Amino acid sequence: MSEEGVKTVLVNPNIATIQTDTRFANKVYLLPVNGYYINQIIEKELPDSIMLGFGGQTALNCGVSLHDEGILDKYKIQVLGTPINSIKITEDRQQFKTAMIKSNVPVLESSPAYNLREALDVADKIGYPVIIRVAYTLGGKGGGVAHNEYELQEIVQRGLSLSLVNQVLIEKYIGSWKQIEYEMMRDYAGNSIAICNMENVLGMRVHTGDNIVIAPSQTINNEEYHRLRSAAIKAVEYCGIVGECNIQFGLDPQSESYCAIEINARLSRSSALASKATGYPLAYMAAKMGLGYSLTELVNSITKATTACFEPSLDYVVLKMPRWDFRKFELVNRRIGTSMKSVGEVMAIGRTFEEVLQKAIRMTDTGKMGLVGNEQDMKEELELVEQKLLYPSDEILFDIVKAMRLGIPISRISKLSTIDSWFLEKIKNIVDMYDKLHGVDVSDISEGLLRDAKKYGFSDLQIGKCLGIKEISARKLRQKLGINPVVKQVDTLAAEWPAKTNYLYLTYGGDKDDIVFRKEKNSVMVLGAGPYRIGSSVEFDWGTVNMVWGLKNNGIKSVSVINCNPETVSTDYDISDRLYFEELSLERILDIYEKERPKGIVTCVGGQTANNLVPKLGELNVRIIGTDSIHTDMAENREKFSRLLDSLNIKQPPWNKFTDLNGAKTFSQNVGFPVLVRPSYVLSGAAMKVIWNDEQLERYINEAAQVSPEYPIVISKFFQDSAEVEVDAVCNGKDVIIGALIEHIDNAGIHSGDAMMCIPPWRLNRQTMNTIVDYSNMIARKLEVKGPLNIQYLVKDDEVYVIEANVRASRTTPFVSKIVGINLISLAAKAITNGKLPDGLNEPWLKISGFGIKVPQFSFMQLEGSDIVLGVEMQSTGEVACHGNSFYDALSKAYEAAGYNLPLSGSALITIGGQKNKEKMLSPISLINSMKFNIMATEHTAEFIKNNITTNVQEVHKISEPTRKPNIADLLYDKKIDFIINIPSTSTIEKYVGMLDDEYQIRRKAVEMGIPVLTTVESAISFIHCLEWRNNNKPSISPLSKYHIN
Amino acid sequence: MRVKIPTIHGNHIGLNAMIILEDGSTYRGTGFGYPKTVGGEFVFNTGMVGYTETLTDPSYRGQILCLTYPLIGNYGVPSNSITDSYGLPKYFESDNIQVSGLIVHELSTVANHRECHKTLDQWLYDEKIPGISGIDTRDLTKKIRIKGVMKGALSISEKQINTKELLNTIKRTKYDGFNFMSQVSVDKTVEYGDPKLEPIVLIDTGTKYSIIRNILRMGYRVIRVPWDMSFNKIISYKPKGIIISNGPGDPKMCNSTIDTVNKLFDSTLPILGICLGNQIIALAAGGDTYKLKFGHRGQNKGCTELNTNQTFITTQNHGYGVKSNTLNKTGFKAWYINSDDNTIEGIKHESKPIIAVQFHPEASPGPYDCLHIFDSFKALVEQNGSNEKSIHSDRVNGGGKFSKE
Repeated sequence: MSEEGVKTVLVNPNIATIQTDTRFANKVYLLPVNGYYINQIIEKELPDSIMLGFGGQTALNCGVSLHDEGILDKYKIQVLGTPINSIKITEDRQQFKTAMIKSNVPVLESSPAYNLREALDVADKIGYPVIIRVAYTLGGKGGGVAHNEYELQEIVQRGLSLSLVNQVLIEKYIGSWKQIEYEMMRDYAGNSIAICNMENVLGMRVHTGDNIVIAPSQTINNEEYHRLRSAAIKAVEYCGIVGECNIQFGLDPQSESYCAIEINARLSRSSALASKATGYPLAYMAAKMGLGYSLTELVNSITKATTACFEPSLDYVVLKMPRWDFRKFELVNRRIGTSMKSVGEVMAIGRTFEEVLQKAIRMTDTGKMGLVGNEQDMKEELELVEQKLLYPSDEILFDIVKAMRLGIPISRISKLSTIDSWFLEKIKNIVDMYDKLHGVDVSDISEGLLRDAKKYGFSDLQIGKCLGIKEISARKLRQKLGINPVVKQVDTLAAEWPAKTNYLYLTYGGDKDDIVFRKEKNSVMVLGAGPYRIGSSVEFDWGTVNMVWGLKNNGIKSVSVINCNPETVSTDYDISDRLYFEELSLERILDIYEKERPKGIVTCVGGQTANNLVPKLGELNVRIIGTDSIHTDMAENREKFSRLLDSLNIKQPPWNKFTDLNGAKTFSQNVGFPVLVRPSYVLSGAAMKVIWNDEQLERYINEAAQVSPEYPIVISKFFQDSAEVEVDAVCNGKDVIIGALIEHIDNAGIHSGDAMMCIPPWRLNRQTMNTIVDYSNMIARKLEVKGPLNIQYLVKDDEVYVIEANVRASRTTPFVSKIVGINLISLAAKAITNGKLPDGLNEPWLKISGFGIKVPQFSFMQLEGSDIVLGVEMQSTGEVACHGNSFYDALSKAYEAAGYNLPLSGSALITIGGQKNKEKMLSPISLINSMKFNIMATEHTAEFIKNNITTNVQEVHKISEPTRKPNIADLLYDKKIDFIINIPSTSTIEKYVGMLDDEYQIRRKAVEMGIPVLTTVESAISFIHCLEWRNNNKPSISPLSKYHIN
Repeated sequence: MRVKIPTIHGNHIGLNAMIILEDGSTYRGTGFGYPKTVGGEFVFNTGMVGYTETLTDPSYRGQILCLTYPLIGNYGVPSNSITDSYGLPKYFESDNIQVSGLIVHELSTVANHRECHKTLDQWLYDEKIPGISGIDTRDLTKKIRIKGVMKGALSISEKQINTKELLNTIKRTKYDGFNFMSQVSVDKTVEYGDPKLEPIVLIDTGTKYSIIRNILRMGYRVIRVPWDMSFNKIISYKPKGIIISNGPGDPKMCNSTIDTVNKLFDSTLPILGICLGNQIIALAAGGDTYKLKFGHRGQNKGCTELNTNQTFITTQNHGYGVKSNTLNKTGFKAWYINSDDNTIEGIKHESKPIIAVQFHPEASPGPYDCLHIFDSFKALVEQNGSNEKSIHSDRVNGGGKFSKE
């Protein structure tokens, strides 16, 4: 849009994303994307037009409501791109079905239902199993497959409450069909093209977001490919799409039947994937279509010579693999199916299926070295494995390998898993190759076999494991035999026209590099962060992009980026001089390094993934641009870091490392429980845990973790009721610039990724702040940090303790940069290129007006069964932040941005465990009472309230006592509760011990019903104060200021 | 109908194999199909699906085809007994593989599909065609793009490859200036469709079955005649219209077809030229053709209709084109152009009911977006060529991108 001279106002409360960088849009509003706020912004900015297709389902839903409320008409705002009517056709199941029938595209037999009775009737008519889809929600949220009336009832009730229009669709379930998708573009002139088709390897059974997706399709022939393509064109023409959309088909592998499943009339996760898979910039083109361009008026941005009105031809294959993070959650159901549970994804490019499959598995960064050769390849019962094929989980690929090892024939695996045998035969190739490699001696391995293994995507580490040699030896062995990958370009036209861009991948499926490597002294490689996952997300994309820009601004001639996450901007080929869409593995980085011969590698913006590679790269004499490997290790290695702190006279919570239970026990008794335990090897459940007594320690070590000389555990003193503070800073080895001190709103014990945070600190005293600033300066200098740095502190009784330091960009770097107005990564780029840091930046965080507050975004709804009580393991999948003139102005907006409703009247359910917690909640509950909320409470809490606050309290009964009325379950379903304060018995930290099933049920149901639940004393108090503030004030509406220092 | 899906493993794979090009480049790979040495013009196609349709397209006569898509053979080869509602083979464009040899990056050694009857290597073996896999097809494609199409040879063998034999084969290989018509055209007239229907004469210069299929779809019967049938003989069938098909090689080799078409211009018969047919019409009208550097072969090519500025995605397979500056005074003007390089992709006569396209409206392989070309032709036929206005009106069926299939 800026190319066209169009001024843009972007609304998105996602603080960490590069999208909300003020250099992209003319104005950025960090505000909730809902009718109320958009209306306010429209009133203020008076735009001519609005684009709804770029902000996912949230923006689409918001646009529809703005239209329906007459706001778009009132301000004469034109919708650019797909018009509202078309959006409605694609969103409403019944309208969609009618549209498809009219455009002669088959659809499945189905019927909408508005209540349970109707749903049961429809299901009877169609016949079980049926699939229930919910109108107007995110990511298949709330839908499911019902095999019987009982399951139907459960899913329909939940679905109806989630749907914005109280509608569910009951449809014939076609789990054994293929799921094929097309990404379509259409302009106002009616030119329609198919950019990419994609096949879901796990078929129709699994949501495309959780599916393994390959582009282009592999198992369908010309007639099927083009029959579906023609249907897609007819469908988008009939619906009147302008810009980009995704259409999903079911295709029966056993007959000529097919059907359209749905159209997403917006840019989606699939479109991002299709863009990266083909090199066709869908979002860019869709924006141009929205502004009125026709496809024929635009050029292919890769060749810069040919038309944009063409269909990309791939001469490689692309595979998308989801990244799940079930390990972070207790009780979660790991099965994958019709609702999406993954938190990120990776994309592998290569020239065989085997190559991309193994690359993608490694890219997910879950510790797997590929499809085969992993530690967990244990034998299992045949029956159990067959069950796993029938009900896939995130481990489905490894279960297939197990099945093959057990001798289950491919035809049977295919039947159980509904995976096309072609894919299974290819998987079998990898398994067979593994056995072959295992059978040869390293001294007489042939060049041919090794080359074939590389073509099947085997890593040096995997080959080394088979041959009984180290990764580096395997690498040397193959290099001696002349086996090296080649660099190929993604060019949209299968080499028919020369590409003007450097969008690259490495493969063993070729002999020659596509590009010429000239010695460029002034070149740098930047490592990205890989897949989005819990604990590493869009913030590192922001960091990577800013680092590339910063390096260019500081005179670096050629910047290459390595990353494998298709959802990022850092993997847009026009951001860097060379983009390697590749694995962030030691092997691949060295492959690229040897070809590029750069000045060095930047590892400080790729999160922990890149940081972990530093010591290995250092050993191999690869130059790190930034903090060197010795000092990185000093920060990462607990013992070395402790010694460093000791030498500076800085305190840290007492800790030690143990290789047996007795030592652990003695230490814990000495420092006093509670203690925080970090095992190095986890058998089940979450890795970090707070432990409260001997007995629990024993149980945990015996059952969940493991302790041995090989797998030591680290135990540290856990301070209750302490504050946590973080510092983000930049250092050039001697000068330090502190971007901000950030104070957690929750007390210590909540993982920093899950904590609500505030800039500037709102409770710390001057002296504590000074101490933290001093410590930060000392640590940065001692670590000889070059680049960004993040330090976490604990403050207990005015004493400051250091928890840890990371010599890299952190989760909070964009939060600090955007709120304080100082781009820390731009400064880091200066620092690592030996530039001088600017003077006079004294405590900039204290000079901002008002407050910036960050609130985490959780995905508990998608994770069936997971508990929402927070703990020391991070569970949030994203974050939002808002700026406000006052603390509660900022906090209340941030709550709303994270999806909380802020009820100003109605009913509050309060259930608090433990006397201490009850007492702490005394005055907040009085406040609730004074705000005229109707208070409901469970037995003991009700008694406490009656005795201490008010008699105006309604006693309600636990979900586990369904016969006792009024019951919480009924009240929840009937939407009679507006928010819930549910603080588990001893403390939130007791999550795994004292968790009463009943409280879990309340939290779980509430999440499913979209009702706010507060589970800590601090969050409950701040929430209630937000309600109070909102009762008397209106939230402020103002854009984010630009960076003062860039 | 529920069927069991067959999974078939390949048999004719793992042979020695080598390619040598005219410029001396060599590529080694793994042979599949039938062991022998062949020569031909090396061309590439960027389509991602449809190898059975592609390999049986007679326009590939005399050529060794490199497929740029790296995984080939996944869904195997269907039985040629599977026919459509007109009794024509559903997945094949002629009765034989037409390419002289096939080059791929990876041959799938296993095939799996509801309609799979044999593997690709088996099919090539049965039809005595050699194939090579394990080739850096992207590198080969770039070579052809940069240097232009060239001759070369492919050899596959159980024994060591004889380089000399390859070089000799290249020397013996003829492409430019060679007349392939006797290899691709019918010897005598073949008829399709209900004899009661009105006839369309299809001059077979190497036609694909899908052209016949589309004439039948329009509701005519097809009289498929040899490429060199005389004007009088053609007229004796009392056709309602003439279609000149696609086909291989230099259009200037089709002298007798060019003469016949020139005579047909003076009749009032509507004429549709497709691919080679387009070039023959241009030559018959006094225009000229030329050889493209590396041709257009793929399923993703945008072509813009000049009257409406609407762009369609087309299948293309041509090595020659019509010189646009030679259309002056022929009575023809450009109708479609290639959206990438602005070359002529279709012409139509200013007053006569004669239209022609360089791309393949019959698709197969490729997108069905241009079936309307047949409907435009049908409209010309229905107006019996008498109403001159018709040819200037644009898409006859109301402008929708899709006509009924």
